[in-house]
Amino acid sequence: MKKLINKPEDVVREELEGIAYAHGDLVKVHYDPNFIVRADGPIKGKVGVISGGGSGHEPMHGGFVGMGMLDAACPGAVFTSPTPDQMLEATKAVNGGAGVLHIVKNYTGDIMNFEMAADLARAEGIEVEAVVTDDDVAVKDSLYTAGRRGVGVTVLAEKLCGAAAEQRRSLKDVADVCRKAKNLGRTMGMALTSCTVPHVGKPTFDLPEDQMEIGIGIHGEPGRVRMPLKPVDEIVEMLMEPIISDIPYKSGDEVLLFVNGMGGTPLVELYIIYRKAYEIANKHGLKVVRNLIGPYITSLEMAGTSITLLKMDDDMLKLWDAPVKTPGLRWGV
Amino acid sequence: MSITRDDALAWIKAVAGVINTNSTYLTQLDAAIGDADHGANMDRGFKAVLNKMPEISDKDIGTIFKTTGMTLISTVGGAGGPLYGTFFLQAGTKTVGKMELSLSDWAEALESALSGVLMRGKAELGDKTMVDALTPAVNALKQAIKDNQPINKALGLSAEAAKAGMEGTIPLVARKGRASYLGERSAGHQDPGATSTYLILNAAAETWKEVA
Repeated sequence: MKKLINKPEDVVREELEGIAYAHGDLVKVHYDPNFIVRADGPIKGKVGVISGGGSGHEPMHGGFVGMGMLDAACPGAVFTSPTPDQMLEATKAVNGGAGVLHIVKNYTGDIMNFEMAADLARAEGIEVEAVVTDDDVAVKDSLYTAGRRGVGVTVLAEKLCGAAAEQRRSLKDVADVCRKAKNLGRTMGMALTSCTVPHVGKPTFDLPEDQMEIGIGIHGEPGRVRMPLKPVDEIVEMLMEPIISDIPYKSGDEVLLFVNGMGGTPLVELYIIYRKAYEIANKHGLKVVRNLIGPYITSLEMAGTSITLLKMDDDMLKLWDAPVKTPGLRWGV
Repeated sequence: MSITRDDALAWIKAVAGVINTNSTYLTQLDAAIGDADHGANMDRGFKAVLNKMPEISDKDIGTIFKTTGMTLISTVGGAGGPLYGTFFLQAGTKTVGKMELSLSDWAEALESALSGVLMRGKAELGDKTMVDALTPAVNALKQAIKDNQPINKALGLSAEAAKAGMEGTIPLVARKGRASYLGERSAGHQDPGATSTYLILNAAAETWKEVA
């Protein structure tokens, strides 16, 4: 393993210390239990928006704490969901009296830990709603699986919900924005390489030089199919097809196209992916009205990409365009 | 004879040891069908439990188990934290105030732990989870009580049943947890959660083998 770290067990703590030094104007970092909150919170009368998950997906979620997006983020160990005491303390810290929304990615551990935290917070008199994102079309959604994973749509939902909360919408209304994003967004990912979890020390899986893994998640967990590497245009077609066929899009629908890097793929390749995805969307009569391109929900140093399409309406467009000021996403300010 | 408070403490210490020894093995099993963190997470949790031992060594068995559960919930993360946390919390709720356990006390505690895990994880037998090791272990314990087996023999039978349940997860297709994302590709691998459950129950049989 070659990594720019000191000791594997110190990775999360030292990352948080770096974030605190770098972004002290925007966020405050709490330790034991670990969570990151907006420096200017809690904001009276505003719904608190919280997310959390394993570390290793940066900038998600800690990099999205700040005005117009998250009020708090709870980082777990690398690829491990955070614990209920983190979410409980974060929920208490951001509660401005209007309730708190938990945005939870659909993973068994995340769901259980957030559920326990929500129970504890409600017992302390804080109104909590939780919305689970599950946008990964690579996973068959059936009674016989844990359901689709929460991936790219989570980033977009955090932006939209943060903006809705800034407008002082009610907890139910902010949660509705999240549910809408969850219902109208779909994602599919792929990997060229595995990644190495620091405390494991070797790659999570072997992927030969001439092979790729389609339907990968964001934890180096194997995908559904392994096949010989193809030119990028063909790969983008393989990713776009299941997304487009999953939602009943109509010709003329407006969409946000999000091309995400998994951590080890450079922007030059992400733009080549965007080019083809944009053309495919056009061919289906979809109008790409907004985009996001870059490494926003990563899987350590994995090379690969995920493509997310989110069907937009006027309200969502306004929420997307609203000002945001976080370490990882910033515009309009 | 019965399982004393000192026996209970010795079991928790033995579990911490066996989890530490098998940490890499558990993580390797998890890497095959999950996300390669089960061993490291459980090891971090039980190290924290060991640090709590001085505070609880003079308490009743219920308090020892409940403190173990609360510590796991706040240190393990993943699915293992809530599941094993619930396991020990439920076992502790059944043994509150007790300074020693009969075999049926232990069986009730373990059955309650199983109910808690089923409630929290919503898994069923055959879903390729820790439930597949825990359920046969509880059943074997109940059968051993019916057959009037001594404690150490009953615990041995229970651990053997857990082992068979763990090995029985190999051909299964996962229906819960991260392994379920793999569909058919999860078959052929032993479930890491069922494996840690076997290790924990086997540690009880080993630690309490003199308790007849």
